[in-house]
Amino acid sequence: MLTMAEIQPMEQFLIHKVSWLPSLGVPTPYGYLDLSITNSVLTMIGAALAISVFFLVSAQGKVVPGRLQAFGEIIYDLVDKSMTGPMIGDRGRPFLPYVFALFSIIMVMNIWGIVPGAFTVTSQLAITVTLALATFAMVIVVGFIRNGFGFFKLFVPQGVHWVMLILVVPIEIFSFFARPVTLSMRLFGNMIGGHVVLYMFGSFVVAMGLFAMHGGLASLGFLGSGLSLFMVVALSALELVVAFVQAFVFAALTCTYLSDVVNLDHGH
Amino acid sequence: MEPSVHAAKLIGAGLAMTGVIGAGAGLGFLFGNYLQAAMRNPSAAAGERGMLFFGFAVTEAMGIFALVMALIILYAG
Repeated sequence: MLTMAEIQPMEQFLIHKVSWLPSLGVPTPYGYLDLSITNSVLTMIGAALAISVFFLVSAQGKVVPGRLQAFGEIIYDLVDKSMTGPMIGDRGRPFLPYVFALFSIIMVMNIWGIVPGAFTVTSQLAITVTLALATFAMVIVVGFIRNGFGFFKLFVPQGVHWVMLILVVPIEIFSFFARPVTLSMRLFGNMIGGHVVLYMFGSFVVAMGLFAMHGGLASLGFLGSGLSLFMVVALSALELVVAFVQAFVFAALTCTYLSDVVNLDHGH
Repeated sequence: MEPSVHAAKLIGAGLAMTGVIGAGAGLGFLFGNYLQAAMRNPSAAAGERGMLFFGFAVTEAMGIFALVMALIILYAG
């Protein structure tokens, strides 16, 4: 019988060293820096390789595209014509590689985690915070390069009476610094929530099945077990949609924040 | 850990999840308005579908923040 002590929904997110690879580390003045390959690093390397190989193979440049090239073009058009084009405008083309890479890596890392037994890289807060801070740093650097000290006009909305500004400017500054927090937490929370719910329904399948083995009226447990299995399948399908939507939203919000600083003086 | 601390964690996690009420209400409002507008102007509905999913994800994020808070209370408090 599955006891409460054996149902550990959070253990699937533990990072541990891959046992069949050698461990390597660097002694630094502050302690031993452990650089061994973990399951998280292995999954990230796999995702980066998959994306690189796919886009190198599909970039064939035929006028009438084959299936592989057509699929690559769909992803390119998604970023170019739905994200950087409409949201940033003509000044958005230089940011296309960054947004494209961001969208691709987040989508592949999300989808990889749905495969049973695989490790979800984006469920680690360290990964999502790194990605969000990369976007935040790019927004600040681009803002200062393009606008100089006019960057601070971002916090002063147009046409607001100066008395209101005393209240509005601190709120704007606070919400500006809340951006990397919400970016990282959105992706992290969605991935953690999806996988925890999948684990819980999976544990219902096993628990109700074991209970139904008692025979007699408890055989209704098989019905519950079947329903839970159906829920696992349905939730996996939902997880695929959420994986794509979360990658799209991360990249789209990056485009929105970039267009805020790039189009500061033109009111696009 | 002591049973009373564990019990308090469980109660706290349950209370933290009441934050998803707002996310549910907001999502129903968002999709309802999209469907109503799609009924009035079906040809323009496809063009706004990108914004629909964008709004869905941003609204859902509020509920997700409640979930993350509950998980922090339960497992890392």
